[in-house]
Amino acid sequence: MSKTYYDPADLKKFTNISEWNEELGQKFFDYYGKVFEEGALSAREKSLIALAVAHVVKCPYCIDAYTKDGLQRGITKEEMMEAVHAGAAIESGATLVHGVQMMNKYNKLSM
Amino acid sequence: MLKKSLKQRKSELANTQRQLDVLSNGIFQNNELPTFASTLKNINAHPLQPNTVEILQINLGYMCNQVCAHCHVDAGPDRKEIMTKATMQQCLDVLKKSEIHTLDLTGGAPEMNPNFRWFVEEAHKIGVNDFIVRSNLTIIIANKKYNDLPEFFKKHNIHVVSSMPHWTRNKTDQQRGEGVFNASIEALKKLNNVGYGTKESNLKLDLVYNPSGAFLPGDQNSLELDFKKALYDDFGIEFHQLFAITNLPISRFLDYLLASENYEDYMYTLVEAFNPKAVDNVMCKNTISVGWDGFLYDCDFNQMLNLKLKGPMVHIKDFDEELLKNRTIQIAQHCYGCTAGAGSSCQGSVV
Repeated sequence: MSKTYYDPADLKKFTNISEWNEELGQKFFDYYGKVFEEGALSAREKSLIALAVAHVVKCPYCIDAYTKDGLQRGITKEEMMEAVHAGAAIESGATLVHGVQMMNKYNKLSM
Repeated sequence: MLKKSLKQRKSELANTQRQLDVLSNGIFQNNELPTFASTLKNINAHPLQPNTVEILQINLGYMCNQVCAHCHVDAGPDRKEIMTKATMQQCLDVLKKSEIHTLDLTGGAPEMNPNFRWFVEEAHKIGVNDFIVRSNLTIIIANKKYNDLPEFFKKHNIHVVSSMPHWTRNKTDQQRGEGVFNASIEALKKLNNVGYGTKESNLKLDLVYNPSGAFLPGDQNSLELDFKKALYDDFGIEFHQLFAITNLPISRFLDYLLASENYEDYMYTLVEAFNPKAVDNVMCKNTISVGWDGFLYDCDFNQMLNLKLKGPMVHIKDFDEELLKNRTIQIAQHCYGCTAGAGSSCQGSVV
């Protein structure tokens, strides 16, 4: 069996991080739980935001978790893919907007 | 898409003992996950004891016009097991003498039993507070002889409970077969037209949601709001409640879990979501399931695993409420499906 840095089984062990620092671990999981409660944004909307961010930060655990979460909430695959594109658009936009810096520098250095 | 039952395909999972073996071996045998019995022992709920029986759920036969991918009954057009009129009479005799307040007819498609209408008429005469028929909807428009079912249901004040896995065509057809969504919408409109499911109506129309895959149902109330909005906005359809039901890892759903290599993850999900509060309200506490041949079970799922009632009384002809109270409920790892999250029963969430 090939070894990889990521093991899907590790997602189930996420809460184990509290074993080596209970106070901070607990604070994190309390915060995390609170963030995803119904609020000014619905839990459904937050789930789609989380899915988009999961792709942008390229977290395979988060992608698994929020795809499953979306299915449980009845979110359709069309909605999920649009969320991924929203994330990807911001990420590629963030790259491309640096093109202005490149253009500025080019122009400055050119006669 | 499936066209045949496991039985017709001669799948090894058509053997219920094989299913029980799968549910007891592997991750449960090597203690990677606790068995349902040991989980109940941890909360002092073992052995599982029933309360008074309030609901009689009768399976009128495994024949169905659909072959749904997740079906725990392994129902389909090729299944010939059908309850006889004599067994139906035995059920009516029990209804007359017992305190049971809810009658719940299921299948297969219960309407396909040739004595279905006779049975409904007779049971209606006896009178129960809540008389449920679990209709798959498409049967109503499958054949001319079923077209008048909405009027028939209305005449006998039937509480109609129907499956609808999603408010979109793709998701519904993926689970229940090509064309099922359109047919279901048409049937729901017919039910609405005779007064079922509308806001102030006493003609109860509830929908059942099963996830179409290896995941748990989300919050029942949120799903109900989404279903109501989508079905009303898109089709002008109304209904009363949505029951979110967890798929139990048996029969065709177990077959799917194994084939898609989702079995272990799904069992992990169920075990991790175990909710002790759901144990108090699991449906086997107040329900008795009657098989097409009159044998008794703690629930419809145990019926499909052929886990007969424990004790001296195994058949409807010997029905005795006192004996029922003193039995212990048969359990195995599939029971985690009814205790996960908000719990699951034929009436939806239990917590």
